[in-house]
Amino acid sequence: MTAAYVYPKYPFRLPGGVVPGAGEARAPLVVVGAGPIGLAAAIDAAQRGQEVVLLDDDDTVSVGSRGLCYAKRTIEILDRLGAGDAVVAKGVTWNTGRVFHRDDEIYHFDLLDAPGHQRPGMVNLQQYYLEEFLADRAAALPQVTLCWKNRVAAARADADGATLDVETPTGGYRLRADWLIVADGARSPVRKMLGLDAEGRVFNDRFLIADVAMHADFPAERWFWFDPPFHRGQSVLLHRQADDIWRIDFQLGWNADPEAEKRPEHVIPRIRAMLDHQGYQDIDFSLEWVSVYTFQCRRMLHFRHGRVLFAGDAAHQVSPFGARGANSGIQDVDNLIWKLDLVMRGKAPAALLDSYDAERTAAADENILNSARSTDFITPKSPVALRYRDATLQLASRHAFARALVNSGRLSAPTHYWDSTLCSPDRDRFDCLLRPGSPLDDAPIERDGRPGWLLQQLADGFTLLLFTDRPESLGSALAELAPLGAGAVPARCVVVSEQPGTLPGVVVLHDAQHFAAERYDAQEGTTYLVRPDQHIAARWRRPDAAAVRAALTRACGH
Amino acid sequence: MELILEPHFADPGYPSPYSHLAADAFYAELLQAHDGLSPEQSAMLDAKLVLLLANQVGDLGVLRAALRAVREDIEPERVAQCRIPDLAGSRGT
Repeated sequence: MTAAYVYPKYPFRLPGGVVPGAGEARAPLVVVGAGPIGLAAAIDAAQRGQEVVLLDDDDTVSVGSRGLCYAKRTIEILDRLGAGDAVVAKGVTWNTGRVFHRDDEIYHFDLLDAPGHQRPGMVNLQQYYLEEFLADRAAALPQVTLCWKNRVAAARADADGATLDVETPTGGYRLRADWLIVADGARSPVRKMLGLDAEGRVFNDRFLIADVAMHADFPAERWFWFDPPFHRGQSVLLHRQADDIWRIDFQLGWNADPEAEKRPEHVIPRIRAMLDHQGYQDIDFSLEWVSVYTFQCRRMLHFRHGRVLFAGDAAHQVSPFGARGANSGIQDVDNLIWKLDLVMRGKAPAALLDSYDAERTAAADENILNSARSTDFITPKSPVALRYRDATLQLASRHAFARALVNSGRLSAPTHYWDSTLCSPDRDRFDCLLRPGSPLDDAPIERDGRPGWLLQQLADGFTLLLFTDRPESLGSALAELAPLGAGAVPARCVVVSEQPGTLPGVVVLHDAQHFAAERYDAQEGTTYLVRPDQHIAARWRRPDAAAVRAALTRACGH
Repeated sequence: MELILEPHFADPGYPSPYSHLAADAFYAELLQAHDGLSPEQSAMLDAKLVLLLANQVGDLGVLRAALRAVREDIEPERVAQCRIPDLAGSRGT
């Protein structure tokens, strides 16, 4: 048995230059909330050279597992933020999912990873570990001032920024922020202080979450039960996490008494019954953490309010099915910070931030749609819905078509911003799933004879991916595009070549296994302009400096 | 034509990178169609929907295969006795 998780205790401090009670301090960028989203935002901004003040009312990570599945795209973003390796090393990669209906397993599936990606489809890890890894990373960045035990008590926004009244163990102070990122979670005190709300649908249901340590071998699989004999009429979900901790979610129904349900004398028999039913009578377990939650699917009408930007659960909430909460919050950050950095440096108009609002409200709608549909399938709201669900489950044990309709959660996948105003529409013909607005698809490559991955070779800013058969044949095209690497908003050339080779002053990636050319439907001269968040801005069959310049301008919100 | 038992939902007008979306959309819209109906009305909606989709399929061999598949799913031990002609039936025997 592994020892229980020890919650770190982070030191209290004030932002630099702040003396409680002595006038107003000023900061170019303040982030409220040091959960995974606020920490990721602070790290991303600091990596781009911005000074960030991060305020949090607590001095440790979140209690209990809470968020627990991290999707491939999120891990790719965490790679960029310097926390991907830690998450994958500590987390549990799972492949097999089993779906049960009443007494029987009706089918199982293998999340076979598509070949040629560095990161797995899904990694399970308790949220407290993710927060700890991100807090460690943030603490290592001198541009981040991590202020634990600094509680925002009042907030006002105006055209030039926001003013925060902050309370601390050593007294209060007033902080003036030129830009404010609000990432203080679903209840978002700061959102309420600013008089803003999130609207949507409340699901009248309660779920019990238990973190359970199993004292024996137990499979690392995702199990989902519809109407099991040990918990009649409800659903149950089981997932493996790090440290031999399993996470179990029991649907309780709206009429359950949350306080009574949380008591060990109620929880332990439920878990025992589940294990016994699955044939694990011999397995001993202990309860690490229990909570009861309800959820809503809702979002703010806009995520940008002048110089105040909302991200993560503060901006949008989804039902837990599909792991679309923390994953979409990390993707908010990925979308927001490069834009905010360009605007703060005067290299892009403030209107670029309206594209954050447009792209991420669309993503929130997609996540809400998917998670609400999962919830409707899992917890039918009418006799008709129950009949269709049971019919689907009965057919699913025999017929693959019905398995496509079984919806126990559609696991988080990135939004393709196909309708974004930042994208330049294709004028050439491409035949692949990727389009302007899509996130890049990873591919194995070699650089200087060493194996690596495409996504790790991209610039922090914009990247021009140039595909060719052999590097030397790019000659004049490269000379024409090279000046783009030195503009106010540079786009650095990266050559992806079918044959190995080198070019002076340019990164050349050898597409030895042909994954990249295939995924990008690339031919000689195919050129992709990639945004700093690794989404495609534009692409062409032939590199054309004037067209690239125009697309770059467009992608910067001009 | 054979009865399709593999997933076959698609939304050609709105292509998506995610294949589950079309199946999920159908399911959600099917249930929306039942919203606010009495049990009798819901059963009638289902019956009419089956007839409409049967006409869309048209091919009697496929329809018979579908009838067998669902009857078998509900009552496997008695499927041999229920009087659904097999595929040969559709060839005019």
